[in-house]
Amino acid sequence: MNFEPNNKGYWGEFGGRFVPETLVAPLDELSEAFLASRDDPEFHSELAGLLKDYSGRPTALYFAERLSNELGGARIYLKREDLNHTGAHKINNCLGQILLARRMGKTRIVAETGAGQHGVATATVCALFGLQCVVYMGSEDIRRQELNVFRMQLLGAEVRAVDTGSRTLKDAINEALRDWVTNVADTYYLLGSALGPHPYPLMVREFQSVIGREARQQILESAGKLPDLLVACVGGGSNAIGLFHPFLNDAEVQMTGVEAGGRGAALGEHAARFAKGAAVGVLQGTRSYVLQDDDGNIAATHSVSAGLDYASVGPEHSYLRDIGRIKYDSVTDSEALEAFQMLSRTEGIIPALESAHAVAFAVKAAPKMSREQVMIVNVSGRGDKDVDAVRQLLNGGAK
Amino acid sequence: MSGRITKSLANGRGFIPFVTAGDPNDEVSLEICKLLANRGASVIELGVPFSDPMADGVVIQRSSQRAIDNGVNLRRVLSIAEKLSSASTVPIVLFSYLNPLLRFGVEELCSAARSAGIDGILTVDAVDSEAEELSRVLAKHEMSLISLVSPTTSDARLENICRNARGFIYAVSKAGVTGASGSLSGDAEKLTAKVRKFTDLPIAVGFGISTREQVENVWKFADAAVVGSAIVAEIEAALAAGDTLAHVEALIDQLLPLQKAAHTHKVEGSR
Ligand SMILES: Cc1ncc(COP(=O)(O)O)c(C=O)c1O
Repeated sequence: MNFEPNNKGYWGEFGGRFVPETLVAPLDELSEAFLASRDDPEFHSELAGLLKDYSGRPTALYFAERLSNELGGARIYLKREDLNHTGAHKINNCLGQILLARRMGKTRIVAETGAGQHGVATATVCALFGLQCVVYMGSEDIRRQELNVFRMQLLGAEVRAVDTGSRTLKDAINEALRDWVTNVADTYYLLGSALGPHPYPLMVREFQSVIGREARQQILESAGKLPDLLVACVGGGSNAIGLFHPFLNDAEVQMTGVEAGGRGAALGEHAARFAKGAAVGVLQGTRSYVLQDDDGNIAATHSVSAGLDYASVGPEHSYLRDIGRIKYDSVTDSEALEAFQMLSRTEGIIPALESAHAVAFAVKAAPKMSREQVMIVNVSGRGDKDVDAVRQLLNGGAK
Repeated sequence: MSGRITKSLANGRGFIPFVTAGDPNDEVSLEICKLLANRGASVIELGVPFSDPMADGVVIQRSSQRAIDNGVNLRRVLSIAEKLSSASTVPIVLFSYLNPLLRFGVEELCSAARSAGIDGILTVDAVDSEAEELSRVLAKHEMSLISLVSPTTSDARLENICRNARGFIYAVSKAGVTGASGSLSGDAEKLTAKVRKFTDLPIAVGFGISTREQVENVWKFADAAVVGSAIVAEIEAALAAGDTLAHVEALIDQLLPLQKAAHTHKVEGSR
């Protein structure tokens, strides 16, 4: 199987392009530019150069021996996306899209951000190419990720606070879309996850697949075999699909995407789109699983991690879940906080709270596996941005 | 029933007000609609509140949220429509994001909408193939999917959209979200002229129209003017005082010339 969407951006019933008429033409223009870049060796060599020299790729695949020993069971390898420039996988996508934006002659970049990592990565590539940058961020996330707001400003970006709805990622995307629809002529919308209308989910997956391509080669070299299990956290789903996609045809490789279980199973208390009662809907340009109420209004979500706090999920994930190729599970806020501390202590690696969700799942899964089995956990980002919030949570008693 | 819309807009100088159903509450919302019908509305656009109105400016966002906070959902919107259609002959178009419609169920919605006397539905975030199912089921129930065109729409798309269009064509005056703007851009007139080449259906221009001057200007080149945020803002302004109908009526006095819009739909039991 090639796991490609059809020409309208559908994987099965998921995906598509649910946008106001005004955005149809710019999305067509974007699709065209993206498809042209896909077949252009010059584009690929320019991107590869930036990934290597600017972002520091390939990122390490590191055997976490102490963690593996402590848990007993599978040998755990960490894909160190936290070692990228700006501290997360988000830069992979930003470098790809900024090259596209330049080819399209766009001079102004808008983006949304949740945890601030995508905003920082976008501000960074805009600084690199001297482009104007506006980042929308929910005011609740601004509070949670203060340091990243200042980083974006240092990089020359304008951060606009979004005070509508739940004041988180979803609302920031609404505002970025409103900006884009108003300024279509000169503005490029640099979307940060495998979400939104076609071609974004496909494009972001392509730019993030470098994670899985590297990991596949690295694990064959260091473990001499393909991994038995891949684990990644799933917000919109970009770091996960980036790791998973190059392994999809390896039938022996199992995969688990980890969603935010938050602080309870009730609607509004978590961001586990695939949990019990999951429903398909349309949000922000794409058809996918969406947390919603009986009237079709989008539900509030909660996660200790801003980057996972979103009511929908990339359409390719919904498809891969429904056909049974990938399993999804969730861990709670407190499990993620435990894992955050555990990885810090056992390996000297402080993960992002998002990534800590993947680690928390590994903590539960590894002991059930044998020493011969190999697991790769995607450490999608580093935890510096979360240190302050975690300190407050731990001092106030973890929820 | 798309015939009713087209007929109501046939003589030009059309006035299409938009209000969010259930803002500030169901009863007043219905009274506002009746008032608008009485004061010359050619078609009424009834907005279905949605939590994430990504194509709307702040005024309609807040209005939508007020309605949701009041517990307004599609079922209650349909009930408002039903009361309106039994009191007035004014054609009614639902204006909605797709998700609330999907959640309700397209088949169930279309048959309920038909019984409520609704003439058409416009989906803000579903065009082309994404609205195919809705369009088909609407047609089955003799209602129309109203098509929107924008200054960014290519000629090839315009032709295709016009070929499949029913009721009227909604031409968006500018690339952007809903909301009042000081001046009407030249884009609207250019767009209307292009659309005219492809269809005989009435063309309504909307987004950003808030003054009498703009309404009269639109009437020079298009069949109808859509006024949304300006009315909704008036409803919001009246919230504290509670004299919503008087506020809206005063706005209509300012908005429409004394020689009123071409059509006046009789409303029973209204002032
Ligand atoms: C470090 C990190 N990991 C994961 C995510 C979640 O996004 P995605 O699911 O697209 O990888 C974010 C988003 O902000 C992030 O910053």
